[in-house]
Amino acid sequence: MAIELLYFAWVREAIGLDGETVEPPKEVDTVAKLVDWLAGRGDGYSEAFADPSRLRVAVDQRFAGFDTTLEGVREIALFPPVTGG
Amino acid sequence: MKPVIRVQADDFDPAAEAARLEAGGPGAVATFTGIVRREGDLVAMELEHYPAMTERALAKIAADAASRWAVTALTIIHRVGRLTPGARIVFVGAAAKHRGDAIEAMHFMIDWLKTDAPFWKREQFADGRSDWVEAREGDSAARARWAGK
Repeated sequence: MAIELLYFAWVREAIGLDGETVEPPKEVDTVAKLVDWLAGRGDGYSEAFADPSRLRVAVDQRFAGFDTTLEGVREIALFPPVTGG
Repeated sequence: MKPVIRVQADDFDPAAEAARLEAGGPGAVATFTGIVRREGDLVAMELEHYPAMTERALAKIAADAASRWAVTALTIIHRVGRLTPGARIVFVGAAAKHRGDAIEAMHFMIDWLKTDAPFWKREQFADGRSDWVEAREGDSAARARWAGK
């Protein structure tokens, strides 16, 4: 199951990509597990995802929690807390 | 009522936006304009956003405001890209029959915009330093204030 990932702000800078397509293994079935799985790639990924409490997530372009299932999901964005306005 | 929602690099004219809200004689119009603060050695602010999601998030904030207060028109405009001190960043406005609805809807929208719209600010300083702005605890508190209303 391919998922489109998007990275913003310092998450994007740490990883060095603004997005990519991934195919996580079957047991990676929630956003929390996806973040763990990505952190395991090392380098910029472990830096960006070392502390999930600093991250926020949008699933299919809506703010969502880390317990959200990946079932049927097409796009996940990972980013710091927003600072607009 | 269809809110006006715009995300743009270009500047906007608060007077023209207020006039649009005034059209039709609603009784009350409340507006807020956010400006890049001139302080320290800040030379610019870079605003990044999540294009596919931004307008939807702003439309949701406007729809939430419309469901809570008797408003006749709403506007949210947010700029992106590089902005220098003194530049306008954001405009929110609400028109209603009575001032309470207009003022509260406007205040709600700017508070929620701080926590519920995918924008990120990066500050650039005169010595070349550049930092992502950290989210403020106070912004979440301001948002939470509306929960019981």
